[in-house]
Amino acid sequence: MSRKRDKREVIVETRNLAMHFGGVRAVDQVDFTLYDKELRCLIGPNGAGKSTFFKCLTGQLSPTAGEVIIRGQDTTRAETHEIASLGVGIKTQVPNLFDGLSVDENIWMSARRWHNAKRARSLTSETIERMNLGDIRREIVGQLAHGQRQWVELGMVVAAEPWLVLLDEPAAGMTHEETARTADLIKEINTQAALIVVEHDMQFIRMISQQVTVFHEGQILMEDTMEAISNDKRAREVYLGNRA
Amino acid sequence: MDLVVAVLFQLVYGIANLALISLGLAIIFGMMRVINLAHGEFLMLGGYTVVVATNAGVNIWIAMLILAPLVVGLIGVIVERLLIRWLYGRMVDTLLATWGLSLLLIGLVTSIFGASTGTTISPPLGIIRIGDYSASGYELFLIGVTVVLFIAVWATLKLTKLGLVARGTMQNPEMSAALGVSNTRIYMITFGLGAAVTGLAGGLLAPVTGVLPTIGATYIAKAFITVISGGASILAGTAAGSILLGGVNGIFAFITGPTIGEVALLVSAIILLRLLPRGITGRFFRKSL
Amino acid sequence: MNGNDTLRAMKPVFVFALIGVVFMFAAPYVLQLFTIINLTTAIALAVLALSLALVWGYGGILCFGQVAFFGLGAYAYTIAAINFGGSTWAILVAVMVASAFAAILGYFVFFGRVSDVYLGVITLTVTLIFFSLIRRTSGPDYKIGNALIGGFNGVTSPPLNLPWDTSSFLFPEHVFYVAMAALILCYVFCGWLVNTRFGRVCAGIRENELRSELLGYDSRLYKLGIFTISAGIAAIGGVLFCNGVGRITPDVFNLYNAALTIIWVIVGGRGTLIGPIAATFGLFYLTSALGGQSVLNNNLVLGVILIFFVLLVPKGVAPTITDWFTKRRKPARNSRRRRKQGRST
Repeated sequence: MSRKRDKREVIVETRNLAMHFGGVRAVDQVDFTLYDKELRCLIGPNGAGKSTFFKCLTGQLSPTAGEVIIRGQDTTRAETHEIASLGVGIKTQVPNLFDGLSVDENIWMSARRWHNAKRARSLTSETIERMNLGDIRREIVGQLAHGQRQWVELGMVVAAEPWLVLLDEPAAGMTHEETARTADLIKEINTQAALIVVEHDMQFIRMISQQVTVFHEGQILMEDTMEAISNDKRAREVYLGNRA
Repeated sequence: MDLVVAVLFQLVYGIANLALISLGLAIIFGMMRVINLAHGEFLMLGGYTVVVATNAGVNIWIAMLILAPLVVGLIGVIVERLLIRWLYGRMVDTLLATWGLSLLLIGLVTSIFGASTGTTISPPLGIIRIGDYSASGYELFLIGVTVVLFIAVWATLKLTKLGLVARGTMQNPEMSAALGVSNTRIYMITFGLGAAVTGLAGGLLAPVTGVLPTIGATYIAKAFITVISGGASILAGTAAGSILLGGVNGIFAFITGPTIGEVALLVSAIILLRLLPRGITGRFFRKSL
Repeated sequence: MNGNDTLRAMKPVFVFALIGVVFMFAAPYVLQLFTIINLTTAIALAVLALSLALVWGYGGILCFGQVAFFGLGAYAYTIAAINFGGSTWAILVAVMVASAFAAILGYFVFFGRVSDVYLGVITLTVTLIFFSLIRRTSGPDYKIGNALIGGFNGVTSPPLNLPWDTSSFLFPEHVFYVAMAALILCYVFCGWLVNTRFGRVCAGIRENELRSELLGYDSRLYKLGIFTISAGIAAIGGVLFCNGVGRITPDVFNLYNAALTIIWVIVGGRGTLIGPIAATFGLFYLTSALGGQSVLNNNLVLGVILIFFVLLVPKGVAPTITDWFTKRRKPARNSRRRRKQGRST
């Protein structure tokens, strides 16, 4: 129905997506659509299946059934690097960094994937500037504080200049101030790219959200604005009731 | 007909042999996720125990079936206390340290007994006849011991507290690693047990292969690929790996000779790993022991 | 990294290479011929160590069977040189055979996504199978072209000859020059490689394979690439080795030599190229010295060294020294910065 209303290009679509672990249906028959330049948050209680869904999108898990289509390409059984190579920037829930390399080298690894040596160099510097990492650019990433590591990883996502960004709990473990900065950054990224953000922190979602998808027991419970969801009885029961 | 029986016997013996030399390695790997690179030297020590004991006048059956597992099991416990326990969770370092241990043991035994041993023990039990063909009674005995050993390990895993923890570890290594304290004793016992089974195998094989300080190297290649192909389940993995690789080896050896047999064994193991990177039991019989 | 950055990062490589060149030309004037011949063998082993330093230290690939490519290179060279009646193309054959074998083996293990511990065990197993296989090849049945493989006795390797004249063989002192030049070239090549995009991506994959994939790098291809290249370098070491010793036997594939290679890199340190090279020369002279007496067995000594380093100096000598220096220098630099800030306020 919204497809008719919305003329924007569909860039992520899942049809009947399912991921079963033994008898557990972590994701079950999920039909999901994301339009170009959209910013979508995925919420839901622990075990609702949002992280599993996220991993199916990024190729870290191979779905049991159904399909994933990213910009017209079937990526259901694609390897992670193939999905990333389409121009998708990904940040996982657990920080994933090159711990033995410096901040500079981490960002460079991302920039150099797409650009020649010279452009990669300048893009690395720009990104470091933009992410406010100038003071620590020579530090080894493994020795940084948690919040700084999150920023380095976001910097790697940004440096790839993706048109689709998938973030799994980007604000986890950040201070208030850092969370606010992350929200600003996400809005800034959204001017260039579509985003899917998996998040727990309701305040953070209110800062950035437009459209929100609520997961419950492996399925999509509802999709609406944050305001509407906050007022919805069912959504409050499964998720918000005990939190907000 | 007699030929078929004789060939089948050799095939079964080949499989049992693989299973026998691999079981101790599989116990340690399945429960602790430690690949013991000194496995070959544990086999070698089992052999030396038998040689030394029989030279001192001990009955060969007592030396093989009781002394060899006892001595090597004790060595295993000592090694776990002095070396392995400092390295839990560091798989690569454990691998390297056990390799160091392997060299150390070769060096020690060479220093004590010399680079070759004069004494060989001839296999007890005589020849059995299969029509026009003959087979070694001792080989038949080894097949029997392997079966009994598997049953014994199965019973231990199924019926004792150690077995309970072991099964937990096999199904969810992260969780049982998080259990912490109580695991240290379990690990010590496991390593000792694995070493004892290895010592028993080494002792039993000593009459067949003779003993040399460097004899471990001839066993380990086969033991490693059997365990890796089999996957993390101790009994099902070892059995599946032995049957598949022993079968391939036996068939190729029968057709083209032992050299090609060994190559076929390796090639099939590598192709298998491309298809099933976590071994046979990583995909099939996952809930098995 | 553009060209200038790469050159800057390679500064230490050029310094060590220069020291090597000086040594190469000075050594024949200072040392006796016997020592020079011995040294050639050590240099060949250093090339082997270098190849493992590349694939393990930088690629993070736990290859316990580097010696398999080394031995394969030596055998391929020997057999090709006997058949060709000259050494030049045989060197190329050696490198190609070892690299091709590594590429095939690597395809199975990397595309099967076999984990590093398994990889170590598999490569070691392959090495040991070569050992037992080639030992069985005595007798006239086992020959490739005109060359008998020779079983456990091995086969005599034809010496290197001048590329333009297959009848003028090199003397041992000339082989020393060739070996030293090869070591220096391989070292500079590796030093360059680890600073290229390819080398740095490999280092990234070593640090975090998933992150590399999330950035769009196909880690399997990079691993296969560095594995194949390092096998080729190991083969060059093998060619030099069988020239230094004069023959090649299956013993090259035994457990002791496989362990020795690992020990050079452990002692020298992972993540450096010069460390393992230096460790090779050091341990070569230690084991030669020990070979003269019978109390301490070589296996025993190496086992103790390996355990000692894994437990107490896990990073190896070279990185530990570097760490120690940076730790000493860092506070000094910080205090200087603080002084500067003090002035400006």
